Amino acid sequence: MSGVRLLVGTHKGAFILTSDGKREKWDVSGPHFAGWEMYHLKGSPADPNRIYASQTSGWFGQIIQRSDDGGKTWHQPGTPAGEAPPAGPPKAASNKFVYNSAAKPLTTHQWYDGTQHPWEFKRVWHLEPSLTDPDTVYAGVEDAALFRSTDGGENWKELPGLRGHGTGPKWQPGAGGLCLHTIILDPSNPKRIYIAISAAGAFRTDDGGDTWKPINRGLRSQYIPDPNAEIGHCVHHVALHPKRPNVLFMQKHWDVMRSDDAGDNWKEVSGNLPTDFGFVIDVHAHEPETVYVVPIKSDGEHFPPDGKLRVFRSRSGGNEWEPLTKGLPQKDCYVNVLRDAMAVDSLDKCGIYFGTTGGQVYGSSDAGDSWNAIARDLPAVFSVEVQTLP
Amino acid sequence: MIRVILPQHLRTLAHVGSELQIEVEGNITLGAVLDALEARYPMLRGTIRDQVTQQRRPFLRFFACEEDLSHEAPDAPLPEAVISGKEPLIIIGAIAGG
Repeated sequence: MSGVRLLVGTHKGAFILTSDGKREKWDVSGPHFAGWEMYHLKGSPADPNRIYASQTSGWFGQIIQRSDDGGKTWHQPGTPAGEAPPAGPPKAASNKFVYNSAAKPLTTHQWYDGTQHPWEFKRVWHLEPSLTDPDTVYAGVEDAALFRSTDGGENWKELPGLRGHGTGPKWQPGAGGLCLHTIILDPSNPKRIYIAISAAGAFRTDDGGDTWKPINRGLRSQYIPDPNAEIGHCVHHVALHPKRPNVLFMQKHWDVMRSDDAGDNWKEVSGNLPTDFGFVIDVHAHEPETVYVVPIKSDGEHFPPDGKLRVFRSRSGGNEWEPLTKGLPQKDCYVNVLRDAMAVDSLDKCGIYFGTTGGQVYGSSDAGDSWNAIARDLPAVFSVEVQTLP
Repeated sequence: MIRVILPQHLRTLAHVGSELQIEVEGNITLGAVLDALEARYPMLRGTIRDQVTQQRRPFLRFFACEEDLSHEAPDAPLPEAVISGKEPLIIIGAIAGG
C-alpha cells in the first residue's frame, strides 16, 4: 500500500511524519539533530531512501546530512558515522561551500546601506535533489549562490554563472538575508533550472547552469527606486506543475503572480485574496490550474489577517480564490507559514501539507477541503516536504 | 595524549563522550591540536574553525587551566598542564542568557 513521508525542518531539529495512503494516522519520529536549525530536508525523486538535510547553527556553522535509508540513520556525506577516517588528506568536505573566485567580476554585493559587501557563506536554505540521479543535488545558499554536488553531497562546487551574469553587485539582502531559497528543476528539460533570491528576483538557465537570465518582467515592487527594475524584487517562492512546466506561479512580497512563458513575462493573479503578502505557494498534483497560498499580513505583522488561518485555493490558475477553513483555527491564530513550509503529495485525492511558526503541521487528504493537525507542538517549522511512497 | 572537551552538539556530531583524548605530533599548539582533532574527526571540520579562513568561529572559545586562550596565536604552545595531560583543552560555545 502506498504511503506518505513528511520531512519537517524546524528551529530545533528535524521530524519525520509517516502515514499510509489513507493519511489518517501518523507516526512522528524525531527530533533528529535536536537543537540545530534544520532549514530544509528533501528526498531524491530517483531514490526515496536518499534524503538530504541542511543542518545549521549560529555557533557551529553549516552541516550537510544524508540518509540512505529513508531517514532512519544519517551521516555527513563522506564521513560514515562512527568510523575512523582513512589515512591521507580528507576526500570529502560536505560542509565546505567556497565561492568560485573566478566568477568575474563578483566579489561583492549590495549591503543594506547601499555600500558593497563581500560575499560571505552563511547557510544552506534549500536542497534540491536531481530528478534522475540520487547523487546529484543542488544547494541554494546565503549569501545567494547556487552550488551543486554530483557525489552525494560529499563535495560542492558553485555554478558561478549565476553570480557572474552581471547584476550581482546590485543584489541586496531581504529581511531574512541574501538567500537563494527556491530551486526548481524543469522535468521536461534537464538544461532548464529556475531559482529565486530574496531580494534580487527570479532567474532561469536554459543551459544547465552556465548562463542565467533574470525573469522578472511584469513584477512590480512599489518601494524600490524603479518599480519595474530587472532585479531587486522580493520573490518569496515559485511553484510549477511538472506536466506544464512553462507555467509558473509566484508568491512575491507583494502580489501573487503567474507566468505562461517560463518566466519571461508575469501578470498579477492576486484577485480577491485578503492580503497581497505571503510566503508559500504550491500547485495541486493532478490539476495544473489549482493553486494554493496562505495570505499573511505585511509588512510589520506577518500573521494571518483577523487571526484566521486560511489556505486559499484557486481552481482557475489565479484571480478567483476560495478560503479553505475546515479544521484550521479561525480565531486567535497568529502564526506564520514560511516559504518552504508547504508541499503536496501525488496520491488521489491530492494531499496538501503545511507547517507554521507555532509548531503545527496541518494536512489535508482531500485537496484542501478539510484539514487536520498532524502535529501541534513542534518547534517553529521552517520547511515541509513530502514523499509519496510506493 | 591531549585531553579535549567539546560542546555537547559537537560531541553528538563526532559520536564521542564528554571528553576525548587525541595524539598530537610535534609542537603541541592550539593549531596542532585542532588539526589533529579534525583529522581524526573529519565531521568536525568547519564547525570550530572556518573551512576556508581557518579562523575560530565567533561564538566558540578555547579555555584551559582557567585561562581564555581564544585569542592566542595558533602556533603558540599550550600550557604545560595541557601538554602533560593533567588539564583538558576546553572548547566551549558562547553562552547567552536572558
